[in-house]
Amino acid sequence: MKGDRKYIFMFLFPSALFLTVFLYYPFFKSFYLSFYRTKGFFDKKFVGWDNFERLFTDKLLGAATLHTLELMLYVLLFQVGIALVLAVLIEGISRFKDFYRTVFFFPVVISGTAISLLFVLFYNYNFGLLNNILANFGIEKIFWLDEGNALKAVAIPTVWHYVGFYFILFLTAMSKIPADYYEAARLEGIGAIKRTTMLTIPLIMSDIKVVITLAITGTLKVFEFVWVITSGQNGSEVLGTYMYKKAMVDQNFGYGSAIAIYMVIFGVLLALLANRLLKRDEITY
Amino acid sequence: MEPTISVEPNVRRGEYRRFKLSTVFIYLVLTAWAMTTIYPLFWIVNNSFKVSRDVMNNSFSIAKEFNMINYTTAFDRINIGKSYVNSLIMSGSAVILVLIFGGLAAYVLARFNFAGKKVLYSLLYATLLIPAFATVVPVYELLIKTGTVNTYWGLILPHTAGNLTFAILVMAGYMSTIPKELEEAAFIDGSNRWQMFYKVFVPISRPVFASASIFVFLWSYNDLFSALIFVNKENVRPIVALLNEISSQYGTDFGLMATAITLTVIPVLIVYLFISKYIQQGLTEGAVKG
Repeated sequence: MKGDRKYIFMFLFPSALFLTVFLYYPFFKSFYLSFYRTKGFFDKKFVGWDNFERLFTDKLLGAATLHTLELMLYVLLFQVGIALVLAVLIEGISRFKDFYRTVFFFPVVISGTAISLLFVLFYNYNFGLLNNILANFGIEKIFWLDEGNALKAVAIPTVWHYVGFYFILFLTAMSKIPADYYEAARLEGIGAIKRTTMLTIPLIMSDIKVVITLAITGTLKVFEFVWVITSGQNGSEVLGTYMYKKAMVDQNFGYGSAIAIYMVIFGVLLALLANRLLKRDEITY
Repeated sequence: MEPTISVEPNVRRGEYRRFKLSTVFIYLVLTAWAMTTIYPLFWIVNNSFKVSRDVMNNSFSIAKEFNMINYTTAFDRINIGKSYVNSLIMSGSAVILVLIFGGLAAYVLARFNFAGKKVLYSLLYATLLIPAFATVVPVYELLIKTGTVNTYWGLILPHTAGNLTFAILVMAGYMSTIPKELEEAAFIDGSNRWQMFYKVFVPISRPVFASASIFVFLWSYNDLFSALIFVNKENVRPIVALLNEISSQYGTDFGLMATAITLTVIPVLIVYLFISKYIQQGLTEGAVKG
């Protein structure tokens, strides 16, 4: 169409401006800052790879990385797992589907901070809901947020929060499978379990891959659950909270930026790895 | 003939029973999960009407009377109403900006042919991989320099940028499925691209606008990390930052905490119940065509 170039420019410009000023420029600036030792915003000194060398000797960062990986394991196993199971199960029923779909999504719309606060009330040693239950059964109270439990205690709300999200994504993927595939399976006398493992799951494999990628990158962004429930204490520090502490609490912008760059690279590598491991031929129908 | 007839119903009944058992099992599992998503909400609302002592000693009992003391405290002492308004203004503005600017960009991606479109798509997908952590320090610096830190713009601008990419991709996915005939009609009418956008594309794309705005709103309203850094002064503090504040300052007042959570969660849930169809539809469109 005549004059299209003008419109392309005009329509893309505002978004491009926003992304450049608040995303691309800060991203490269972070990269730049990661080569500096900083004191506030005004005093900085080029230190080469120092911050990155420090990354590899920083024991706390190593611990935070391991905790994040452990959290990721729970997320992949339980969050994605439960979502898939629920999606497969709900295909097998005819009534109340809308009800389940609606309530499964409840946690997704609630803020992580509110959920975290809710779990603070659950885990409280003296008066929390869990120890209340134990007390009713005459069992001794438990420190839910001590060294051995803290990370798992944070993992539970983290997992619970987004099951509904992936559940809906799986349902959507499954609804794209043509009905005659199932009809054929039924005529062949294939049972429900076999139908799920041999038909449904292979057919939605590309969507499972997307969900796994989202889950991996999502876990790297976990912040509020850890911050509100444990503040990263007792072996529950994750990369997000550690970066926040270094960059914002200690105001160490250079090292904080180096951690952020590390997180991005780590995330991309994990996502690539997952996609490689799950490599299959794409199915189109 | 006799044997066949007598056998047939038996087989049927057997099948019917097995079918039923597995169905019961499915309903049990689904209901169990539904309980985990419903009961905590009930628990928190229920406890918001109790004084702290009762929350601590007996959090399971049903509140016998609607004790509003926590609610008065929440509004009078910690000024939760102000934070509400702050959240609505900032997240609402981010949604509006994302819809306008993202909508225009999505329209270009969906309908125009130009060199570099593929590259642009790849760039947008790559952009999704940039977490807030990797931009926060320079953005903070920028906001300080421009004097927008601890003002509404201090959250609106980063949130608009942070959600644009997702919104553009989802909206472009939806718009590219709109039949071309519709705009040809508008073209013959002599509309230019701008008129085509708001006369043809905006009305048809309402579902995807709706779902994109819901997600942008939720992500913005729920983002504690940015709120703590960019807008953590009392006069601009959004509700998540206030919640965080309450947990550190009033961590022993269980009744007040229950109320603060209730006040944060319930309005969003009520809105969600009215528009849940859009959300799921939007996710569907995004996932199918994105």
